Amino acid sequence: MLHKGKHLLAVGLTSLAATAAQAKTELTMYYPVSVGGPLTQVVDGMIDQFEQQNPDIDVNAIYAGNYNDARMKALAALKSGQPAQLSVMFSIDVHELKDLDAIVPFDEVVQTAEERQWLDSFYPALMENGKVEGTTWGIPFQRSTIVMYYNKDAFRDAGLNPEQPPQNWDELAEMGQKLVKTDADGQVQRWGAMIPSTGYPYWMFGALAKQNGEVLMNSAGNETYFNKPAVVEALQYWSDLGSQYRVMPQGTIEWGTLRQNFLEQKTAIMWHSTGNLTAVKKNADFDFGVAMLPARKQFGSPTGGGNFYLFKKSTDEERRAALKLVRFMTSPEQAASWSIATGYMGVSPASYDTEALQEYVQTFPPAAVARDQLEYATAELATHQAGRVRKLLDDAIQSVLNGQAEPQAALDAAQQQAKRILSRY
Amino acid sequence: MNRLSWLHAWLMLLPALAMLLAFTHIPTLTTLWHSLFFPARGSEAAEFAGLDNYRMMLEDDVFWQALSNNLWYALGTVPTSIALALVMALWVNSRISGRTALRLAYFTPTMLPMIAVANIWLFFYTPEIGLFNKLLALFGHPGINWLGDPDWALPSLMLMTVWKEAGFFMIFYLAALQTLSRDIYDAAALEGAGRWYTFRRLTLPLLMPTTLFVLVNAILNAFKLVDHLFILTKGGPNNASNLLLYYIYENAFSFFDSNYAATLTAVMLLMLILLALLQFGVLERRIHYR
Repeated sequence: MLHKGKHLLAVGLTSLAATAAQAKTELTMYYPVSVGGPLTQVVDGMIDQFEQQNPDIDVNAIYAGNYNDARMKALAALKSGQPAQLSVMFSIDVHELKDLDAIVPFDEVVQTAEERQWLDSFYPALMENGKVEGTTWGIPFQRSTIVMYYNKDAFRDAGLNPEQPPQNWDELAEMGQKLVKTDADGQVQRWGAMIPSTGYPYWMFGALAKQNGEVLMNSAGNETYFNKPAVVEALQYWSDLGSQYRVMPQGTIEWGTLRQNFLEQKTAIMWHSTGNLTAVKKNADFDFGVAMLPARKQFGSPTGGGNFYLFKKSTDEERRAALKLVRFMTSPEQAASWSIATGYMGVSPASYDTEALQEYVQTFPPAAVARDQLEYATAELATHQAGRVRKLLDDAIQSVLNGQAEPQAALDAAQQQAKRILSRY
Repeated sequence: MNRLSWLHAWLMLLPALAMLLAFTHIPTLTTLWHSLFFPARGSEAAEFAGLDNYRMMLEDDVFWQALSNNLWYALGTVPTSIALALVMALWVNSRISGRTALRLAYFTPTMLPMIAVANIWLFFYTPEIGLFNKLLALFGHPGINWLGDPDWALPSLMLMTVWKEAGFFMIFYLAALQTLSRDIYDAAALEGAGRWYTFRRLTLPLLMPTTLFVLVNAILNAFKLVDHLFILTKGGPNNASNLLLYYIYENAFSFFDSNYAATLTAVMLLMLILLALLQFGVLERRIHYR
């Protein structure tokens, strides 16, 4: 009898819980993954934790392919009237999302002083792509910079000090030449360095330009500086690494297979996203190191990766819930475990103060390189009509690396066309 | 009675017609309509552009390059894959041992999803660690930057497309070959016709209906199959392998310019219609259906 009563009670409670569930705030969020590794599981794990802590919020996190796909799916969902309250999208989509009137700034959603403070808790370099004229539109989540991965065994093999990776452009060319290994027939067995030039050539180029003391655009996103002398010089250097110093194969270098090239020791140095760190660590069967990109006038790399955005088409309640989710996902503890699982950066100084990340950095110092490089980092190329403008620069870079055009002419043309496109903004 | 059967016929056609209208004809018309507007900014209404988008297209170098790439691509893939399909079909139609295994082997590329296959071919083509350059190295060749060299990017795409499509077309030829009656071959043998003569004067003409079908499909595919570009080259380097449909995709989804994408789509549609008319109009007359 008692058992039966208990059972009834249990049933009653379950149905009560079910009614409560109907009052839940439902959030739909799209997110991209553009580097290797089972990252969707990591995100799902974080979402589960969040839901346990916030039983009144139900999160539907949808993996949506790469950055382009994620943006497309989120925008298509919005257009078709399906709800999506927040998404992780490319940090450089900010101007276009604004132009499309799709997003709301975080400043409009935060209420308390504490929340306003939270907006300032991230690394300033990571906020450069998220803030437009003082308003915060994006909160950093899966963020990276470019770092230099190098094969210490190859350095030893070439008679170089494995603890002293190239610090500047001249050293990169010099050491690169020593690192090139050819067989008896003169065929290259191992290249000195590789900088990928498909997929995101403008991103790699942003690093070279910054190292030469120049940025590619203004923060309002309506001016580009593609043909400034220092920028042209940067492209000349990139092209010279292949055609003159011969430390890099000529022609474009595929982004997607570069990591494999590095792991199979076909190149001693690669420039790649920090997002690959964990995958390289797991798969490298040689001694490797990670260093900041070499300097010319200064160190430099653009940041990269995805930010959280809040969509405009949402109720106040949903926005508050979405803010809660964003705060959870970017909290120091979550950022730390996300960073360890992926190689992406901890997004706030506080995340590097957590025990977990401190311990990780101690046992695996390469994890700190991206953070240290943040001091010299700049925004990733982001403008209005970003897709078009980016393609102009990408095409110019590829035409130079393929020997179809000279840096000055190619960048002049790209600049001129970009100027025309941006004249409306 | 007559009226009733007329009604009956229309009722039978209605479901298919409704589907075609909803998913083909109406979208086509909206596409044409969209191509006459400038892209809307934010919540403002779109501004009427007249033919400005078409004018912009004529000045767009990338469009012309994508178009010419596409014609080369069609020229490179269509005859090759059809010829290869025919040879393979004749081969697996003859009485050889292991015929089923061979048929399956030829058909395998068709069964695999394009994206998955492209991810594998990406590594085949990789200069330092890829299969193709390893093969070339056996002959002492320094290797080719397949996808990174503007001269090789498009041919590399073509090679994979031929590999992928030939097996599919083979199936149609194989089916057609099996319907051919032995009698005419016996008669030809009695008359003393040689193998090549028999093939040229009997098999080939009898296969013409299949060839037309395969040709239409192959040409359409040359314009609409771009899945592998997403993985292999993204149209690069510097548009060397950009194809029309991929460029349309870029405009619609990377540049958010669905109006210009609609303009390009209208042109592509027009081209495909013309091609189809040409094929049916010219070739059909020369084909003998039984």
